[in-house]
Amino acid sequence: MQTSAELNQYKSHVRALNFYYGAFHALKNIDMALHANKITALIGPSGCGKSTFLRCFNRMHDLYPGNRYDGEIILHPDHVNILSHKVDPIEVRMRISMVFQKPNPFPKSIYENVAYGLRVRGIRQRAVLDEKVENALRNSALWDEVKDRMNDLAFNLSGGQQQRLCIARALATDPEILLFDEPTSALDPIATASIEELIADLKDKVTILIVTHNMQQAARVSDFTAYMYLGELIEFDETDTIFIKPKHKQTEDYITGRFG
Amino acid sequence: MSDKVDKNKNYAGRLSYSYRRNLRERLIESVLFLSAALSVVIMLSIVVMLVKESFVFFQYVSLWDFLTDTQWTPLFDDAHYGILPLVAGTVVSSAVALLVALPLGTIIAIYLSEFAPFSVREIAKPFLELLGGIPTVVYGYFALLFVTPLLQMLFPTLPGFSLLSAGLVMGIMIIPYVSSMTEDAMRAVPMHLREGSYAMGATRFQTAIRVVMPAAFSGIAAAYILGISRAVGETMVVAIAAGMQPNLTWNPMEPAATITAYIVQVSLGDLPHGSIGYQTIFAAGLTLLLMTLVFNIIGHVLRKRYREIY
Repeated sequence: MQTSAELNQYKSHVRALNFYYGAFHALKNIDMALHANKITALIGPSGCGKSTFLRCFNRMHDLYPGNRYDGEIILHPDHVNILSHKVDPIEVRMRISMVFQKPNPFPKSIYENVAYGLRVRGIRQRAVLDEKVENALRNSALWDEVKDRMNDLAFNLSGGQQQRLCIARALATDPEILLFDEPTSALDPIATASIEELIADLKDKVTILIVTHNMQQAARVSDFTAYMYLGELIEFDETDTIFIKPKHKQTEDYITGRFG
Repeated sequence: MSDKVDKNKNYAGRLSYSYRRNLRERLIESVLFLSAALSVVIMLSIVVMLVKESFVFFQYVSLWDFLTDTQWTPLFDDAHYGILPLVAGTVVSSAVALLVALPLGTIIAIYLSEFAPFSVREIAKPFLELLGGIPTVVYGYFALLFVTPLLQMLFPTLPGFSLLSAGLVMGIMIIPYVSSMTEDAMRAVPMHLREGSYAMGATRFQTAIRVVMPAAFSGIAAAYILGISRAVGETMVVAIAAGMQPNLTWNPMEPAATITAYIVQVSLGDLPHGSIGYQTIFAAGLTLLLMTLVFNIIGHVLRKRYREIY
């Protein structure tokens, strides 16, 4: 039995997770723990299943027919299995937010983009919305840039600003876990640096799981790293251990750039 | 790649002028240009014809009378040339049609684009498009012989010809145009926008209404404008089911003639060319053209203003 102190340090446990796209077995028997208020990075070559794994956490696969989960993702502190058929995917997404690869602001004003998740939850009071929108924008380091043009269309922002807006949108609903799916792959180096800095700052507030193609990025921002290959979790440990003294030869080969 | 020119290599001929290639390109270009020009020429000649013939008409009837007279009786001895009754008939029948077609067409599009499983969409879409392939004259008799008696059970005072019945059927006729274009516009909205909405905990309906529809706005506006233009220009249904009596009324329960129905009536009759009665159809046609032009301009402005930006 785990003690409650031990449990508190974890936000989520993944147990024997298998995932199928129709007949294709995309994730194979994954066991992993997500440490609370830490950043966990998923790395691995293209097609290894790291995005598929990430998208299990907010049941994104439910949107498409033919997908099937098997196993458990337990969300603490209430120990609910979010993959259970009894759990409404919308309930899951209310607690676990996501930021996508390409900035995807909605065709709305900056304000309404950030307020979207709150409005979807039925919050209408202007004062509450104003406060939460401002907080989210401050936390995503965008407030000073947009506070005078909250009613502008979000598309008028630059790529990096749009991605920070999407982070603000995801933060506005106070999620427990924030998922990032290669959040900087569509951005230039300067915007990338600002997003990385932001992600590192956010871990006090939220547990973060991030998929990245960029190993330097994983090394820079994450506390824990999971290396995946062909749908299997090869190695999972503290980032320092993975990058300095990996246990598996394959992990080392990938990290040192010998394959991937 | 290096920008340096390697002197040993033979670069000559790579960018040289090829007479045959050039000629072929020019030929293709001129064929394309001619096809594009043809539509412009046809459009212009229609406008010129209408304006020229209307000019003859307006030498006989003042523009003021045309716009303000409340009677349209060009074929009577006591002739009046007020376009208002025809415009009213057109507006009322179109309004009834659009009240049916725009909401229903939009709802169908939302269902097909956002909710329907693949198999349902594959079956429903061809049927819907078939609805648009039925000849309008069939719709006309459907209105007159089926819908009107049905409506008369509800409203016993409804006359045999009415704008209501014609408008309702016209609306059904326009649904496929509106729904098909609206659905195309909504389906063109990229998946990552929808995923963004779902990831925020939105339901399918919230995603459709709050994200997909605003993103597809310009396409939806185009669909609505097309629907309006079809309603205003529709001829057969109103000619058959709405009666041909010019009647200045805003009440859909009455019979009335629309501009198009009047044009059909006169051009099928035996009025001599060049008579003032005959010239009226050009003035009426010009009015119709201007009405649809206004809607097209509105549609164009809306499209420009809310261009699809994903």
